[in-house]
Parts: sequence; structure tokens; C-alpha cells
Amino acid sequence: MDINNETIDRLAELAKLEFNTTEKESLKKDLNSIISYFEKLNEVNTDNVEPLIFMTDEFNRLREDVVLQNTSKQEALLNAPAKDSDYFRVPKVLDK
Amino acid sequence: MERYTHLQSIQSDIKSDKISLPQLVEYYLKNIEDKKHLNAFLEVFTEDAKSAAVNIQQKIKQGKAGKLAGMVIGLKDNLCYKGHKVSASSKILESFTSIYSATAVERLLAEDAIIIGRLNCDEFAMGASNENSAFGTVLNDADNTKVSGGSSGGCAVAVQADLCLAALGSDTGGSVRQPAGFCGVYGLKPTYGRISRWGLIAYASSFDIIGPLTKSVDDAQILLEVISGADEYDATSSEKPVDVYSQASVSGQKLKIAYIKETIEMDGLQPEVKVNIEKSIERLRAQGHTVEPVSFDMLDKLIPIYYTLTTAEASSNLARFAGMHYGFRSSNAHDFESTIRKSRSEGFGAEVKRRIMLGTFVLSEGYYDAYYTKAQKVRNLVKQKTDEIFSQYDFIMSPTSPTSAFKIGEKSDDPLAMYLADIFTVHANIAGCAAISIPNGVDNNNMPIGLQFMAKSFDEARLLAFVKNFRSE
Repeated sequence: MDINNETIDRLAELAKLEFNTTEKESLKKDLNSIISYFEKLNEVNTDNVEPLIFMTDEFNRLREDVVLQNTSKQEALLNAPAKDSDYFRVPKVLDK
Repeated sequence: MERYTHLQSIQSDIKSDKISLPQLVEYYLKNIEDKKHLNAFLEVFTEDAKSAAVNIQQKIKQGKAGKLAGMVIGLKDNLCYKGHKVSASSKILESFTSIYSATAVERLLAEDAIIIGRLNCDEFAMGASNENSAFGTVLNDADNTKVSGGSSGGCAVAVQADLCLAALGSDTGGSVRQPAGFCGVYGLKPTYGRISRWGLIAYASSFDIIGPLTKSVDDAQILLEVISGADEYDATSSEKPVDVYSQASVSGQKLKIAYIKETIEMDGLQPEVKVNIEKSIERLRAQGHTVEPVSFDMLDKLIPIYYTLTTAEASSNLARFAGMHYGFRSSNAHDFESTIRKSRSEGFGAEVKRRIMLGTFVLSEGYYDAYYTKAQKVRNLVKQKTDEIFSQYDFIMSPTSPTSAFKIGEKSDDPLAMYLADIFTVHANIAGCAAISIPNGVDNNNMPIGLQFMAKSFDEARLLAFVKNFRSE
């Protein structure tokens, strides 16, 4: 796998990050060396092996669906970078 | 005041009026001030701690105090404590205040522990040296030119330098054990699911677990007893009953311990670390235990599995930091889209961004099966092979890390070299089992060396009882 400028740009777009030219160069170098290290896993035969997804063997613990209010409006808005008395304020989403 | 290593001694000295809890808190506050240069604390909850000390001292007098009365503890800066700041050592959460407490923290408070402050760590717990904190490196108290280890570096140094009796950290790939080893304290990584993760800022959800750093096994036992157990706020927390760890005993039992041959023969193992484990093997045999080498041919696959899966999970967990509902919002952005991009790019540090990019890659279209699913399959094989060893042996031992604490700056330009510092600790997180690092002497430069024992899932009671005997016999 070769990580080139295009891949970096595509990943940055997906991850909602932006990088300057110097940062891109060093990311390219790091990602290439780390991902080629990841490829060591290809040495392992995994035919007929299931992926391990859940780390617990306890299955679906269910509870009653009770409505609770744990968080007040004030608490929810406490850490907002911008807000008014009732809502989070965000930059304009649509141009018109 | 004496340097306490056991909660029990504090409790009996308070009972006999040799000391008072307010005096003890003053003592730790003074140490924190005197050792400010270590950069272990990001914030000290001075007034809270002082007033809690007065209240709890009274409760002790009235015979109404909880199990942890006398425990002065620090929290890694990724554990929520209602009404207090928590930042994951990141600029993106610098001004964030918790609106609820982590379940583990609630349980500490319910038993009258005093929380004295929040402790520096690698940003979002991503690192092995605490050099990735947005608020500076933590210095090892044994040698200020060396790293503390990470990511719970502030926790380990706070306990090492006697700035508090114990600390709660989190361990995703060694983040409790490796700094504990570097700083000469005990660091326990409990079984996945033993402690609720509610209120622990997520890094990699199928790996993360909270764990105590202490000066004694006894304190690890009592803390685990208090904070473990099912929690309706975390569906992955186990409903298995919590053992009375402080009462467990393996005295008189002759146990079988495996060591992985490849860990001792590894290139790059510091000679003193090798001698240290060889001597420990001899010591265990002299105590009557059976210690045998086993082969584990997947040692060199552990780091690739760990970083493939944790970066994937991190890229997903950290998607929530978008500068909208909480956290840093860039003032250089003008529309919705650029607010997200600029807030994330300016708010996250380099290592966090590197891991988000890696995780985005392994989860991206066309590469998902080849990298992410592949790593989950190899993870399954590692778990199976580890279970096989545990079907024949009680514990697996290894050094905690290949070397003692390294120099500040030594590995910071080479992420891959830094990742290899976790080579022996990631195993327990990949398999989900329990593990502990115990202080086990020093190298030629007087730097602490850690020794790790792994146990099968939910076998903490025997693991802790066993390491207590190992040290005292």
C-alpha cells in the first residue's frame, strides 16, 4: 500500500481535518511506515477464523424503557461554545 | 508525616489520633506544591479536598465513615467528576466541565475517598511517554530527564512522588501498567468489563478499562472492590459478582506460571530487564511454583493488531469533537463545514490527528476488510492462543516494558518506536484479560523496573493475592 498525496487528502476530507504541506509530508511518511507494519498481519492465515468483535460473552442486558431526565437544559448547554437561552448556536448551514 | 503506602495504616493512625485527615490532606497539598516541576497535576481541587477532609474526619469519629475514608486519590484527566474540569489533556476540551461523574468516581466518593485533583496524561490517552499532552510532559521523579511513561503518566508520578496515596488511570494498551513500571508503583489493568466505562472519555471502546495505580497491592484490592461491578449506564460492564479481593488468598498453593520465551529473547530488551525477569523466575521456583517457558509465535503481531483496531475505534469515538455542542470552536472558520474542520485541526494535537487518519484509513472503503476485519480475526486467534495457555497455567509473566524509562525526547520523532514501548502490555487488552505491573527493583541507573503478570479474565482475586505473596515471601 502506498499512501500518496491523494490518499492523504481523501482521508483528511473523511476525517474532517486539514493539514498544511509540511504536515502532509510527515503524515505521508508516518502513515506509510505504520501501515506497512500493519501488513505483518497478512503473514497470519485467518481462513475460517471469525472476527472478534465483542469482548464480553454476556449477551444483551435489557432494562425497562423508563423515561428519565438526567440532564437539564442548563447542564446540556453548559459547555456550548455558543448558545442562547434555549439552543446551541452553530454557524449557518445553508447559504440561502 | 510518614510516607504512607497502605490505606489501612492511614485509617489506624487516624483512629488512634496520631494524625487527622485534614493534616494528611495538607501534607499531600504541600508535596504537590513542592513537586510542581514534575507537572503531574493539571489542577488541584484544594478547597474541595480540604472541606471533604473535615467532613470525613467527623464521620470517622462518629463511626459512620465509608471503606475508603483516609484515601486521598487523584484522577487521570479523562475521568469525569461532576462540576469539575476534565480535558483529556487536550486543547479541544480545555474549558470543559463535567456535568456528571464517572460511575467509578461516584463509587469512590460514596465510600468517602477524597479526590485531590486531576492528573496529566497523553492527549486522549494516546501515548507511551506523556509527551503528547497539550499541557506539557510529566517528569519521572526518579530522574527528571526521563519520561514518566504513559498515557497515565501524571497518575504514576503522583503516586511515585507521594503527591497522593493512589490514582485512577485508564489502560487501553498498557497506559496504567507501563507508567507504573517506569515509576516503581503498582498498576492494575482489570478484565475488560469489570469496571464501568461510564464517564471515562473514550479512546478505543473494546480495549479501554479503568485501573488503579497504588503503592501497595492491598490498596489495589480495596479500590478494585469499590469501583467494580455492573452498571446500567455501561452495557459492556459485567454482571459477574465482584470478589472480596482484600480477603482472597493463594497462600500455600503451588501455582503454574508461564513465561513467553519470545519476550525474553527479544532484540532490544535492556540487559538489566532480562536479568530482572530471570531472577524473578528463580525466585518463584524457590517459592515452590512451577515456571515454564511457552512459545507464543504471535508476539510480533500484537502491535499491528492493537494499532489497527484502536485507531479505527478512536477515529469513530473522536468524531464527536466538532466544535458544536461542547469543546473548542475555532474562530477562524466562517461556515458550518469549516467550523468542524478548523476546530478539529486546531484543537487536536499531532498524535491524535495521526491516529484519526490511520483509523480513517483502515475503515475506509476498499481497505476495511484487508486491514480492520483482518486485525479482528487475528485478535480472535490471539485470544484463543492466550486462553490455551491459561488452560494450563495460572499466570503469564513478562517484563512490563522492554526497557526502563527512556529519555524525554528520545522517541518523540518516531511514532513506530514509541508504539513498540507497549509490546508486552497490549497483549492483555487484545485478549481482554487482567494484568498487573509490580515494582521489581531498579536498573544500573536506579530507574525502576516493572514485572508483569497476566491472569485469565475475572481472575483478579487470585492474581492480586499471588503478587502480594511474591513480594512478601
